[in-house]
Amino acid sequence: MELIVPILAAAVRSGTPILYATLGGIVTEKSGVMNLGIEGVMLVGALTGFAVTYHSHSPWLGLAAAFVVGAALCAIHALLCITLGVNQVVSGLALTMFGTGVSSLVGRGLVGETIEGLRAFPVPGLSRIPLLGPVLFRQDAMVYLSFALVFLIWFFLLHTRPGLKLRAVGESPLAAAAAGISVPAVRWSATLFGGGLAALGGAYLSVVNSHMWVEQMTSGRGWIAVALIIFGIWHPLRSALGAYLFGGVGALQLRIQAGGTSIPAPLLLMLPYVLTIVVLTAISVRKGKGILLGAPAALGQPFHREERE
Amino acid sequence: MKKGLLLSLVIAFAVCFAGSAQAFEAVAPEDLKVGWVYIGPVGDGGWTYMHDKGRVAMEEAFPGVTSSIVESVPEGPDSARVMETFVRNGAKVIFATSFGYMDFVQDVAKKYPDTIFLHCSGFKRAENVGTYFGRMYQARYLSGLVAGSMTKNNVIGFVAAHPIPEVIRGINAFTLGARKVNPDVKVKVVWLFSWFDPGKEKEAAKALIDAGADVIGMHADTGSAPQAAEEAGVYVVGYNNDMSKYAPTKHLTAPIWDWGAYYKYTIGKVIDGTWESDDIWWGLKEGFVDLAPFADDVPQDVRDLVAAERARIVDGQWDVFHGPVKNQKGEVVVPEGTAMTDADMLSMNWFVEGVEGEMPK
Repeated sequence: MELIVPILAAAVRSGTPILYATLGGIVTEKSGVMNLGIEGVMLVGALTGFAVTYHSHSPWLGLAAAFVVGAALCAIHALLCITLGVNQVVSGLALTMFGTGVSSLVGRGLVGETIEGLRAFPVPGLSRIPLLGPVLFRQDAMVYLSFALVFLIWFFLLHTRPGLKLRAVGESPLAAAAAGISVPAVRWSATLFGGGLAALGGAYLSVVNSHMWVEQMTSGRGWIAVALIIFGIWHPLRSALGAYLFGGVGALQLRIQAGGTSIPAPLLLMLPYVLTIVVLTAISVRKGKGILLGAPAALGQPFHREERE
Repeated sequence: MKKGLLLSLVIAFAVCFAGSAQAFEAVAPEDLKVGWVYIGPVGDGGWTYMHDKGRVAMEEAFPGVTSSIVESVPEGPDSARVMETFVRNGAKVIFATSFGYMDFVQDVAKKYPDTIFLHCSGFKRAENVGTYFGRMYQARYLSGLVAGSMTKNNVIGFVAAHPIPEVIRGINAFTLGARKVNPDVKVKVVWLFSWFDPGKEKEAAKALIDAGADVIGMHADTGSAPQAAEEAGVYVVGYNNDMSKYAPTKHLTAPIWDWGAYYKYTIGKVIDGTWESDDIWWGLKEGFVDLAPFADDVPQDVRDLVAAERARIVDGQWDVFHGPVKNQKGEVVVPEGTAMTDADMLSMNWFVEGVEGEMPK
């Protein structure tokens, strides 16, 4: 119990930034838009969150600004992919390169500074529940918000009419358009919202987790989010599980090292990736039809009204 | 006839060219262009950040000298391309600031014998290639004295980037310092396998604190391990630069770099025309490495001890890896009365007694 609680709490802490990015990615991809720019958007979000908090002394303002700037950045992606119909993979990769470069350039003056970021906020009452309390309810407000978001996005996508429309656009834009849904409008909203969440994930790293800005501080978490979208088969609840699993194994390997065992560290570091492959294989075997079962059918395909056959 | 003249001119020119490689003539600061090849972004807040501070200090010391940088250059063929571009743009001196550039520096230096190349942390030299590094282990030893004096649990945690000789040497020197004042100290090491990832560094520090460490040492490039220490209320020894900003009440001290001392020295020699290929491995004495200011909590007797040990090292009577030094199994590796050679120190791949955890293979 004493051993497991810190590991699980660390799993939630480490998983949260990836979770935000993954949730954003799911919403975007469910509408049929692939976004490989998550890593770049997270970096810009991390910088925006830090910079605004640094100047305004308000972490909440910083996080809000990160969301807005992340959405604005993804407007470039939306303009290129949805309105102009360019290749989504290329546009996404370009977005990552752009985000990495621009955050390094703009953030130069903030390196070595520190902020009074968001601190842990134990929920009264709930934090006293054995096991669950210290793991889930002695975290910070952004963690609690992510819990709510997982359920809200799950509910929105699977149990509401607007959610159904969004999925319809991702499955068959042609049919959706025939039913009177504006495909570009839905895809634009989903892309901007997803970008905002990815930026929040980045800002979690700088504003909540480390209270500093370091170039390329996301260290590939955006790419893990891209993998987790597939890992969770485009389902918010399963992806949340994946995010915590990833965070948990990372935390576990550090703790095993600190405990002084003779398990080689590189083997431990491999664990999250091995687990991803194992789970991926298991799911695809069980489903029989492969992992693409949950994938939006029109993912990555541009939609042009005039090209209707 | 004309062709013959041209040919002889070319030959004469080539001879002059080859001849001039032997000596580097004095150069006016206004005519001197210097290039820096960086492994990371200047904004890493650590290694490259400190190199760049040194570069700026050089610029201030020699107005007129033009310096330029290329950041985040991978340790591969790309680095040769970057260096060649510097040469073609007229750079007379090039600093390559990471170990993995070593062979590419050699290749490019052969092609351009008129350009001076300086390679940080390597061991291959040539007439126009010098090497430089700092004896950071001396400052790490001093910081270990402080850490060993301040621990109550006798468990010190160490957040370490990569298992390479530079980092291992630092952990060993730190441990020797800590155990000099407190022979019961154990140093637990957690490897990150990354130079800068604030999230991971913080989790590693938390894991060590949970495992009983009440002082944290580090060899990574951001200040997030100090933050974790401050939040948990345990002491921390920073690295690279003064990290007290991240742990205002718990930052005991930090072993720090001053690359500017070396960059000023070398550029001064190039301007005077007295530069010759050299192997610089400076330490506390030359001000290449030092300690950041102590926290208020560090008692006077510890400060006195550090001052005394520093004096011993600066005098040259003693150095950190003078025998007896034992390895993890308790076997004597450096016998009493002998000192480790620089070459052995540069290739160190074993832990001293008192370090817990295994070397990743």
